[in-house]
Amino acid sequence: MPAYLDTLTAKFPGAFATSEFRDNRRVLVSAERAGEVLVPLLRCLKDECGFDYLAELGGVDYLNYPGATDRYAVVYGLANTANAERLFVKAFANDPDPELPSVVDLWRGAEWMEREVFDLYGVRFAGHPDLRRILMPHEFAAHPLRKDYPLRGYGERHNFRSVTRAES
Amino acid sequence: MALTGLLPDFLVTRLDAVASLLRKHSLWPMPFATACCGIELMATASSRYDIARFGSEAMRFSPRQCDLMIVAGRVVMKMVPVMQRIWLQMPEPKWCISMGACASSGGVFDTYATVQGIDRFIPVDVYVPGCPPRPEQLIRAVLDIQEKVQRTGTIDAREFADRETYEGPTPLARELGPEQTIVAPGDYRTATRLRVPLN
Ligand code: SF4
Repeated sequence: MPAYLDTLTAKFPGAFATSEFRDNRRVLVSAERAGEVLVPLLRCLKDECGFDYLAELGGVDYLNYPGATDRYAVVYGLANTANAERLFVKAFANDPDPELPSVVDLWRGAEWMEREVFDLYGVRFAGHPDLRRILMPHEFAAHPLRKDYPLRGYGERHNFRSVTRAES
Repeated sequence: MALTGLLPDFLVTRLDAVASLLRKHSLWPMPFATACCGIELMATASSRYDIARFGSEAMRFSPRQCDLMIVAGRVVMKMVPVMQRIWLQMPEPKWCISMGACASSGGVFDTYATVQGIDRFIPVDVYVPGCPPRPEQLIRAVLDIQEKVQRTGTIDAREFADRETYEGPTPLARELGPEQTIVAPGDYRTATRLRVPLN
């Protein structure tokens, strides 16, 4: 067991689970505990365990996924710039109001990534300074990467007026 | 311009022919290149294919200076207002080439964000099929535009005035219902396909 897991277990007993996939170690934070635990846990990883770089932040929708119990997850891909170690922290969220604490205070670079997750999955980030859509138009109503959103949309792509020859 | 009432008809017809002759050999394309077709558009302008042989090499990035819009590439929802605005900013007379499968029909990108053919939103004169079209095809399209200008062009662009109805295809009335959503991951064979309704 790596040393950072001992540190985490000592500081946050029972607050997270771990799993492994190939050579990736993952720290899972449940939907109930994420609100209070996620930011202190990431801060501990950043300040005490050397995971100083947020390499990626992405969303997952687990609708209809075999064996899944939570609807959404946000994945924080951390990297240790000293020894190139990687760690994935996964926090879950659920309908009707999926929300997780924002990590912009820890990594400024998370700002646009959290906006993207909000835009495409509809997961809100509490404490985010500027939570607007980033890719889709602002008047767009849905969150298109959710699995219950149809591939072709609800017809938003046709909702523009046509310019005729005479008026142009 | 009320040129038709001012001058005798045979003279206007002569003027039309002269104006069209001059116009068709100095088309100024507006390259609206949004994707891979744009690379082919650049190749068309390069020395190997040399669109300058047909008098339309002066590509300008200001719509105010152009009279031929070449939409090369897929257009997403967010780009439609931009495209319409650029089209409206171009001075009349003007023409439009829809280059490639994506611009003409959406191509393989039948998704929520991609427009299924720009002709639903702006008038299109010539379509170029292909993914991407060869530069020769684009040159052919320019020649077709030239022929269209020669045959229908008028000195005061009055041929456009009576085209006041929408000229594109019938709008897509039916969209997918919520039950036809894509199947969630876990089964890679069906993950990107549309779900068949169960009943
Ligand atoms: S038609 Fe083919 S080459 Fe052209 S933009 Fe579409 S995908 Fe790219």
